[in-house]
Amino acid sequence: MTTHAPLAIEATGLEKSFGDTHAVAGVDLAVPEGSIYGVLGPNGAGKTTVIRMLATLIPPDGGTARVLGHDIRTEGDAVRSLVSLTGQLASVDEDLTGRENLILLGRLLGLSRSASRTRADELLEAFGISEAAARLVKHYSGGMRRRLDIAASIVVTPRLMFLDEPTTGLDPRSRGQVWEIARALQAGGTTILLCTQYLEEADQLADGIAVIDRGRVIAEGTPGQLKASVGTGGLKVRLLDAGQRAEAAGILERAVGAVVLDADPAALSVSSADAARAADGVSALARAGLGIAEFSLGQPSLDEVFLALTGHLAEASDPTLEEQSS
Amino acid sequence: MSSATSVTDGADTAAVRQAIATTARPPRPGPLSAALTFGWRGMLKVKHVPEQLLDVTVTPVMFLLMFTYLFGGAIAGSTSAYLDYTLPGLLVMSVLFTTVYSGISLNTDLTKGVVDRFRSLPIWRPAPLLGSLLGDSVRYVIAGTVIIVVGVALGYRPDAGVVGALGALAMVVVFSFGLSWVFSVLGLLLRSPNAVMNAGFMGIFPLTFLSNVFVDPATLPGPLQAFVDVNPVSILATACRSLMDGTPDGEAITVSLLVAAGLAAIFLPITTRLYRSR
Repeated sequence: MTTHAPLAIEATGLEKSFGDTHAVAGVDLAVPEGSIYGVLGPNGAGKTTVIRMLATLIPPDGGTARVLGHDIRTEGDAVRSLVSLTGQLASVDEDLTGRENLILLGRLLGLSRSASRTRADELLEAFGISEAAARLVKHYSGGMRRRLDIAASIVVTPRLMFLDEPTTGLDPRSRGQVWEIARALQAGGTTILLCTQYLEEADQLADGIAVIDRGRVIAEGTPGQLKASVGTGGLKVRLLDAGQRAEAAGILERAVGAVVLDADPAALSVSSADAARAADGVSALARAGLGIAEFSLGQPSLDEVFLALTGHLAEASDPTLEEQSS
Repeated sequence: MSSATSVTDGADTAAVRQAIATTARPPRPGPLSAALTFGWRGMLKVKHVPEQLLDVTVTPVMFLLMFTYLFGGAIAGSTSAYLDYTLPGLLVMSVLFTTVYSGISLNTDLTKGVVDRFRSLPIWRPAPLLGSLLGDSVRYVIAGTVIIVVGVALGYRPDAGVVGALGALAMVVVFSFGLSWVFSVLGLLLRSPNAVMNAGFMGIFPLTFLSNVFVDPATLPGPLQAFVDVNPVSILATACRSLMDGTPDGEAITVSLLVAAGLAAIFLPITTRLYRSR
């Protein structure tokens, strides 16, 4: 990225091992202040461990990082006073009410008793949790809990916020709301480091993306650059009858281009940037009398990004890793 | 109703923007203020999760009833004589059981994400631990009070009156401050709240029963008696008994306080270290 904004995060060669597993094996990051920076990768790629190191929760085994100009090893207190963390597990106290959670954090951040109450009510209102303010958080829905979690992170507006998989497990509507909140935060001047396993999410929010796999950054760039490097996306078709796939592949090959057979025995895809040619492909299939269950034209999925970048699919590289890091 | 909720359900982006824009960063709170805030959190938990309190008070009350009426006559000749002997010991048992829950609630915190949030705050780092101790002490006082009140209802009268009872309660609560760090270490080392509970009670049960809480050790075989005599739970029970009887046993009180201080001196630093590195 060609930006001259000062860096909110500047990490070089960060490393962390748990036992024999190199959860993070030399990660460099340069996150300009005021941006939303996406760290994209499958479960177990080391995303959470990177965040935990940058938020000074665990010390790195190797490498250095400065967060808003402060060394994470030697100036932990200074870092902690400028950042806030919204973890993968909602970082709120389930046995307290939503309002109590916010007041608690207000007090811990140095607000007076009355200021923390006022702030709590203001945030509850803004995040649409007023009606549930007096209910215990363990009775909240996933979306409400996530909103409270984010509200808890801005009781005092941080200069840098770590958002770790903020929409995993949320329904599409709640997901959209979280995205809105992230954009509002950015508009207010907060830098966001967003960890996600959804390409769509990074695409929606991030100004820059680092793709991380098995503890290393394997690609970096704007969402556009990343997608361009992968290919253009294309046409996906799912047949009614898996037995006709070979025939369909032949037709699409002639009409559009090289066909990829998906793991799903009834599905196939063909990469093409040209909507008209893709549409020709679909009508060729229909003319040949092949039943189409569904078809779509779109961007490459995270799987395709990974396939292109690493040669393997975006499966969890080691499902135990993220757990070990917590 | 449904239209009203659809308006309020969800974040109001304009209000969020405004909320973000309006705060200046206050100075970080002092260590005491942070610890007290965590103490407040502990009290709120007592309020919201009273079941936890129930767990820790029901067992001792059950033992109180069972031992007094089932074994009391056989052990001490009459139920009232036995109640006189055993109530201070049951007070000890009841509060010591409660200390196990300090470890359990710490472990519960760790299995959720909330500790990460606390650890990412610019606060004095031992504050969450000391604060939860404040909340725990409320639990200790409640557990102890329940036993004394039930005892009085059954006919127990401390010779030293209210002052004696309060003295014994204070004694056992102070001892628990020391002991609770042992369970905090367990809470930080073990995988699940259940594991903490099992390990905790596996330790506290034999220590409580192999003591002078229920029976006069004079009747025990030699080696067992030797153990019972040096068991800190026996010494603590002796101290409480002496306070309630109005004949303070200086040695038992001093030894109990020293044991509590020793436990804290060893296990408090281990707790803070483990908490920081987890």
